[in-house]
Amino acid sequence: MIWIDTIAQGILLGGLYALFAAGLSLVFGIMRLVNLAHGDLIVLGAYLILLVVSILGINPFLAAAIAMPVMFGFGWVLQRLVLNRVLGEDILPPLLVTFGLSIVLQNALLEGFTADSQRVRAGPLETASVDLGAVTLGVMPMLTFASAIVVIVALNQIFYRTALGRAFRATSDDPVTASLMGIKPASVFAVATGIAMIVVTIAALYLGMRSNFDPTIGPARLIYAFEAVIIGGLGSLWGTLVGGIIIGVAQTVGAAINPEWQILAGHVAFLVVLLIKPRGLFPRAYD
Amino acid sequence: MSLLATHDLTAGYGDFQALFGVDIALDEGETIAIIGANGAGKTTLMRSIAGVLRNAPQMVTFEGRQVGALPADEIVGLGIAMVPEGRKLFPSLSVEENLLIGAHGRSGNGYWSLQRIYDLFPILKEKRRVPGTSLSGGQQQMVAIGRALISNPRVLLCDEISLGLAPVVIRDIYAALPQIQEAGAAVIVVEQDIGQAMKVADRVHCMMEGRVTLSGAPSDLSRDAIHNAYFGAAA
Repeated sequence: MIWIDTIAQGILLGGLYALFAAGLSLVFGIMRLVNLAHGDLIVLGAYLILLVVSILGINPFLAAAIAMPVMFGFGWVLQRLVLNRVLGEDILPPLLVTFGLSIVLQNALLEGFTADSQRVRAGPLETASVDLGAVTLGVMPMLTFASAIVVIVALNQIFYRTALGRAFRATSDDPVTASLMGIKPASVFAVATGIAMIVVTIAALYLGMRSNFDPTIGPARLIYAFEAVIIGGLGSLWGTLVGGIIIGVAQTVGAAINPEWQILAGHVAFLVVLLIKPRGLFPRAYD
Repeated sequence: MSLLATHDLTAGYGDFQALFGVDIALDEGETIAIIGANGAGKTTLMRSIAGVLRNAPQMVTFEGRQVGALPADEIVGLGIAMVPEGRKLFPSLSVEENLLIGAHGRSGNGYWSLQRIYDLFPILKEKRRVPGTSLSGGQQQMVAIGRALISNPRVLLCDEISLGLAPVVIRDIYAALPQIQEAGAAVIVVEQDIGQAMKVADRVHCMMEGRVTLSGAPSDLSRDAIHNAYFGAAA
């Protein structure tokens, strides 16, 4: 019984990792940009939600709804003013710039919010659970997982059912030919990063409500996000969810065997998948 | 006044200059052909007009307006669409999506709609759900042409549309040209197949090493003159 419970908790934890990873996957899928500041952007989102909650005294979910357009705007401006300038054949400049951005964000947050660890309070929701007989599941982990599914369904709808999604895919395939269709790749990339920042805000909401955070925890979230994206196969959103679940289950199973193995087990699972399927579980057919 | 013209157009890639003072003009309803060997600068000329390569503003004029410095996404909005060399369909888009994306840059209505493209190339309707790049070369070329037409261009630039295709397929594709012309587009075709170019064009320009070496109506150009302009050999 304990194992069913452990695996169920792991699957739900995978939802959180999928949320961390979905924004990263979206940006990489469209513009081949590996955003090393992704984890720090999630932490920035968490602080923004915390700020809105503490100033307006509102529910964190409402606060996240207010933070979303702000983060969209931040992502849009970041892409237009900074990242678009370094995108090109050479993958090194964007890596360096986002690495620098990561350091800037961490230090700015440290300056603004100190090194004290913080938490977004969600009231009774934090401890609420549902008894399903064999397992007892927390409401918060279930909400996280459901949100991950909603985010992935929504992103897939945008990708495959809208003109914007068509423009995303065309620009991802071939930006020069896309411009011959009247698409402005720089604008498409800015909107994509804006949407990724909305996903980041949702990830930040659950990060902030489920655990303590401080300005330095971004890079570790980036690693989980990276591993989920790579296990899933670069650019596949459902694959990202599967990747998140694999890491989540590995971590809870590892922790059940020995609490010290929790983090390590997730990384080992990542390496094992990489050994067996170097291109991930659901790679794109072309690249 | 010509619909579209290049004026002393020079263009290149970095230090490599590919065009040296090219002057061509296209009138309303006209079809011109650009012929020449590999490396003559034909594709560079198309890319310069389409805005993929940016030039000085005055080097390309469209309806009297200087457009040489505009980027490709604005050029297509003005009404100049290109069928690029090698077709360049988007692999992650279905046939229908490849066609629809061509309408992205232009909002105005015109003759060409998705249905009219399917009427022109019926096979595409049957295959509308499959990935564009899974089609045969000739069918991919039909998608590339439809994708350009759906923006309802005033000028259609066709870069090497017969390259790598079987003669029977080339014939089918060129059979669509009269309807495209009737719908109101002036056309520039870049061709290595001189016979094909002579058949469809009102005027032919032959290029060699980045310059126009011969121009005229097909009926006025002798075989020897074309041979000389094409290969640069003495008559």
